[in-house]
Amino acid sequence: MSHEKDSIKNTVKVAAILCLVCSVVVSAAAVILRPTQQANAALDRKRNILEAGGLMEPGRSVDELFSKVEARVVDLETGEFVDVENPATYDQRGAAKNPSTSIAVPPEEDIASIRRRAKQASVYLARGQDGSLERIILPVHGYGLWSTMYAFLALEADTNTVVGLKFYEHGETPGLGGEVDNPLWQEQWPGKQVYDDNWQPAVQLAKGGVDPNSSMAKYSVDALSGASLTSNGITNLLQYWLSDRGFGTFLAKLRSEGGQNG
Amino acid sequence: MAKLDPKEAQDVLFKPLLRDNPIALQVLGICSALAVTTKLETALVMCLALTSVTACSNAAISAIRHHIPSSIRIIVQMTIIASLVIVADQLLKAFFFEISKQMSVFVGLIITNCIVMGRAEAYAMKNPPLPSLLDGIGNGLGYSLILVVVAVIRELFGSGKLLGVEILPLVTEGGWYTANGLLLLPPSAFFIIGLFIWILRTYKPEQVEEPEFEEAKAAPHTV
Repeated sequence: MSHEKDSIKNTVKVAAILCLVCSVVVSAAAVILRPTQQANAALDRKRNILEAGGLMEPGRSVDELFSKVEARVVDLETGEFVDVENPATYDQRGAAKNPSTSIAVPPEEDIASIRRRAKQASVYLARGQDGSLERIILPVHGYGLWSTMYAFLALEADTNTVVGLKFYEHGETPGLGGEVDNPLWQEQWPGKQVYDDNWQPAVQLAKGGVDPNSSMAKYSVDALSGASLTSNGITNLLQYWLSDRGFGTFLAKLRSEGGQNG
Repeated sequence: MAKLDPKEAQDVLFKPLLRDNPIALQVLGICSALAVTTKLETALVMCLALTSVTACSNAAISAIRHHIPSSIRIIVQMTIIASLVIVADQLLKAFFFEISKQMSVFVGLIITNCIVMGRAEAYAMKNPPLPSLLDGIGNGLGYSLILVVVAVIRELFGSGKLLGVEILPLVTEGGWYTANGLLLLPPSAFFIIGLFIWILRTYKPEQVEEPEFEEAKAAPHTV
């Protein structure tokens, strides 16, 4: 028994059967559970959009609150809305990987290190009772220290005042760069301005804290201590997505139309 | 398979709680004990995941122990453990999404948790499936006991809450309790586990290890 058990033939046989059984178990779990996991991820995304836009109300379900938010898809080149079949399920990340629906970002322009950018992007619009535009929620992403960080940036209808910035997916160091999730840090964002007087992106993270007397104070938020590269990454990704290469053209169009045709 | 004596079964199941605790006596699996104990909720889910992985891997490895060639036995154990951990991780993502986000990499790191591997090699390779299953559950419970104690202390005194329910009203919210911020940082778990080991070994002196070497005496001062 013992001799036979340790023979090469038996070793190969056991290894092969084990691999087969284990791979069937793992892939079965992945396939069977995928719909539940995707539903969770979609719900989480909606919750983050609502939280960034300050639209969460205690005691009400995410789906109910989200029904007031309108999902649209815009062409980033022209800034125009694009009619797609189901804008709420537009897969911008998938589109960014597909050469026919994305463009390569030239290295000198790629401050957020995203390499490819989808031609069309999701935007979320929330309207008040009278139908006027109240919140614009933009998905933004860029590279920090270890990972691509994904966030929602919510702006008021003037396309300039921040309502909130909420990171919903990142792999930064817990306790340092991971402090982007800290509510105390997030509290600094509401009321900040993202554009200067010439509508150039001016928003930034200030190392060593924001000097309230500085002319940049209204565009600045404290950088994260011990996380210079994450902080630079956040500045870069905001600068990129607010520029004309990102949502700049769309936001300019929204301003000129007074937000009525959204 | 020989029928399991109830007395023996009880012994296998409960010995790892205090007499042979995997964390306190064997000092295994410390890493995750530091990471997931800032809140009781994450600690409980981690205990559940680790206990089920240890129990299932022990049972599975024990069931095929006569067929595992000794040259690849560690790889076979790792493959089974890794598959079970992936399944556990997928289940958490499907049914405990919020908690699984907080636990991030630590579920995956159950693969490298020495308790799982240690029990597979030390117990499951030599014993029938049923006692191995019980041994896995017992060691999982031993790990859980420490994790829950540490998490209760850290959450209660670090943020004044238990399972997210306020117990000690915080000064910052108009109460009287000033939270101890140290308890929210990983080193505090080291202190608590250290104290736990100290108390346990004072109560059960037979757990104190023999010194591995004699302390050198200072050389006589000649000059």
